Amino acid sequence: MHSGLALRCDSRLLDRVAQTLLWLLAALVCGVFCWLLFDIVIEGGAGLSWSFLSQLPEDAGRAGGIASILVATLAVLVVCLSVALPIGLGTAIWLAEYSDHLIVARWVRRSLQLLAGVPSIVIGLFGYAFFCRALGLGYSLLAGGLTLACMVLPLLVGALEAGLRAVPEPLRQGAAALGLSQAGTLLHLLLPAAAPALMAGLILSVGRALAETAALLFTSGYVTRMPESLADSGRVLSVHIFDLTMNVAGGDHYAYTTALVLLGLLCAINALARLAVGVLFNGNVRRNEQVFSQ
Amino acid sequence: MYRSRIDRLLQIALPLLALLAAVIVLLILWFLWLESWPFIASGDLFNSNSWHPSESQYNLLPMVLGTLVTALGAVVLAAPLGLAAALFCRFYAPQPLARIYRWILELMAGIPSVVYGFWGLVVLVPMIARWQGPGTSILAGILVLTLMILPTASLLAEAALEKTPEHWIAGAYALGLNRWVMVRHLAIPHAYGGLLNALLLQAARALGETMAVLMVCGNIAVLPSSLFNPVRTLSANIALEMAYALDTHRAALYFSGLLLLLTVLLLVLGAGRLRQEYKHA
Amino acid sequence: MICNDKLFAYRFTLFGRVLTVVLLGVLLVSCSSERNKANHLQITGSSTMAPLLTEIAKAFEQRHPHTRIDVQTGGSSRGVVDTRTGLADIGMASRALKPQERDLKAHTIARDGIAIIVHRDNPITALSRAQVQAIYRGEQRNWQHFGGHDADINVVSKAEGRSTLELFLDYFELRSSDIKAHTIIGDNEQGIKTVEGNPNAIGYVSIGTAQYSVEQGVAIKLLATSGVIPSSEAVRNGTFPLSRPLNLVTVKEPQGLAAQFIAFTHSAAVESLIEQQYFVPLAH
Repeated sequence: MHSGLALRCDSRLLDRVAQTLLWLLAALVCGVFCWLLFDIVIEGGAGLSWSFLSQLPEDAGRAGGIASILVATLAVLVVCLSVALPIGLGTAIWLAEYSDHLIVARWVRRSLQLLAGVPSIVIGLFGYAFFCRALGLGYSLLAGGLTLACMVLPLLVGALEAGLRAVPEPLRQGAAALGLSQAGTLLHLLLPAAAPALMAGLILSVGRALAETAALLFTSGYVTRMPESLADSGRVLSVHIFDLTMNVAGGDHYAYTTALVLLGLLCAINALARLAVGVLFNGNVRRNEQVFSQ
Repeated sequence: MYRSRIDRLLQIALPLLALLAAVIVLLILWFLWLESWPFIASGDLFNSNSWHPSESQYNLLPMVLGTLVTALGAVVLAAPLGLAAALFCRFYAPQPLARIYRWILELMAGIPSVVYGFWGLVVLVPMIARWQGPGTSILAGILVLTLMILPTASLLAEAALEKTPEHWIAGAYALGLNRWVMVRHLAIPHAYGGLLNALLLQAARALGETMAVLMVCGNIAVLPSSLFNPVRTLSANIALEMAYALDTHRAALYFSGLLLLLTVLLLVLGAGRLRQEYKHA
Repeated sequence: MICNDKLFAYRFTLFGRVLTVVLLGVLLVSCSSERNKANHLQITGSSTMAPLLTEIAKAFEQRHPHTRIDVQTGGSSRGVVDTRTGLADIGMASRALKPQERDLKAHTIARDGIAIIVHRDNPITALSRAQVQAIYRGEQRNWQHFGGHDADINVVSKAEGRSTLELFLDYFELRSSDIKAHTIIGDNEQGIKTVEGNPNAIGYVSIGTAQYSVEQGVAIKLLATSGVIPSSEAVRNGTFPLSRPLNLVTVKEPQGLAAQFIAFTHSAAVESLIEQQYFVPLAH
């Protein structure tokens, strides 16, 4: 810590200035986002109805609904998370608990950061070449989910590793002193303590996954039929929005509605993620709520 | 230490999982290298002075510059704004407001790049066009990219700030320090690692963003001379032309993907070096 | 937390078991769908044609139950390459076949014209071929020269490799490196939105898309080119020069399901589908 942290007579002024500035900037950021949200709600709200959610697309998406697209999106998400979570958890645990003394850990971390920077279109092309062609999955929800897992992994590992590292050392030492095995320490102490970080990572990953377009266009494909299995091709929400705005004349209206549905889905999944992690870890997801607020 | 069976299993399984995660990017690099080899081998890279694939001109420099300028601009804008939003959420806003704010940020992080690009095209670009020039420009690209990376950057920064030990904060107040001093001298330095990581991840994302910049940057593969000039980024280049490219053109596009990854690698290594220095400080 | 050990272990194991069952179920379901080659067609290619083919495929599936026609995008070149290598049964190409592709068979199902568009508020209504050339070469930079407002022309063109661009270059006898554009777009809709957003813009898009947008009140208008007013009718009867064929490509004469499908695309039922997507059915 700095020496000379004695009370400066202008520090209270600084706090006031900081407060005003921060409120203003936060309002600016919020304002722009609310503008965008507002546009989506206004333009898309009119088309929203139960039949929109339960019918299949017709007339190239300008009529009908998005039922098959919703199902395809959920399927791709499930595949993505079921693959990314174990790998992400394992990697994060290894990085945070087991490998500090190893140089290879630094390279694993770097490779994940590099992965975060791969353009979505390159991941799409790679996913097509590797999952669809080399592994023989063809255009399928499975291939799409696996490709998404690649994109989402850095976020998950980043959030989780930070959460695990923030767990205080005395906890681990106490567990070791009591003779708890490494697995036991993980399961009963560390993971529950890092549950908020896990939740944050999950939410960010789901957001990233739902927002991805180019990668899924080339892997899970363009088909609007209701998928019957993971090996079928299916269009996801973001690809549908892309097609309606950029490729189909007169598709703007339903594009906004689809975007609205996507946001609603995101909200629902986030709430579900909070619930799931809360139930699993006995409600330890109450965040370190602000101790002092003014 | 007590070695149960599960512990032994973990000792094997965890490194394997980590290896699997690390291998993915290596596979991608190898794939890009394979596909771009015909272009590298042909040497066209060095004897072209513009980007006109139909005439075998494959100069990538304007696009490299376009990528760097738009990403840099976005990071320069998003860093202070993201930090401000994170500080606001964590330390300066009343609880219910902070929760709503965080919820809005989470929502924004999930909006597809297509929607951001589309909104940029129909709202931002005409606004800029009224001011100066064609509208589709570096400025539009920077603004849209900032919008895209801001939510995730703020959320990651806020998660990093949240880990400030509570007893530090309590101690600071007990000593009579006010909130801003506590934030500036305790919370932010403690969170440097997390903040840098957030910035790094989002800078990488800005470098690789495709759809949104495709719609608002103008896609002119020429070296720009002002903020209002149109520009083409490497990833937009791939997205625009990959669907219709054959042979050398296709290999050239894959090569630009490789170039982009190398830029990100440099960024990652540089940030790692920075973090080493902060650790010793 | 230690005293909740049993409860936690129970919940964790339960969660693990439920997850395993779910995943197994999903895998079982995915293995059970029929992947029969005889009643499955894979079509890939042009994104321009993809919406149309999706609708045609749907109509075909309704008439022939138990068939599955999957339509994917990826561009005209991808369609041709995939058809050659056998990855796709039929390819979509929104252009005529190139000389090196002459060994493949092309089945034209519709035509698409290209119109030059400007913003609705622009007073210009027609441009000659020479004028368009001058604008796109960057020789004339101001609308005033053609009788419009005193404003810089914002030139919008298409990305390399697109068949629209190739057709445009061909008709106006320009080379790709001649064009001095201010904005380059990818798909038609992007072009329409770009021109709509800038009162001084000029661009070129598919006629059908442009006509539809004008009907919907989008602030653009079509320019007459070389004396001909662009319209679907003009494309249909051949008086409009700027048009391209929309082709389905196969390696050799189509057989079986592919032949049935291609025959279906020439039927009367498909004609209305073609018009719904704002393309031009072939004149009979």
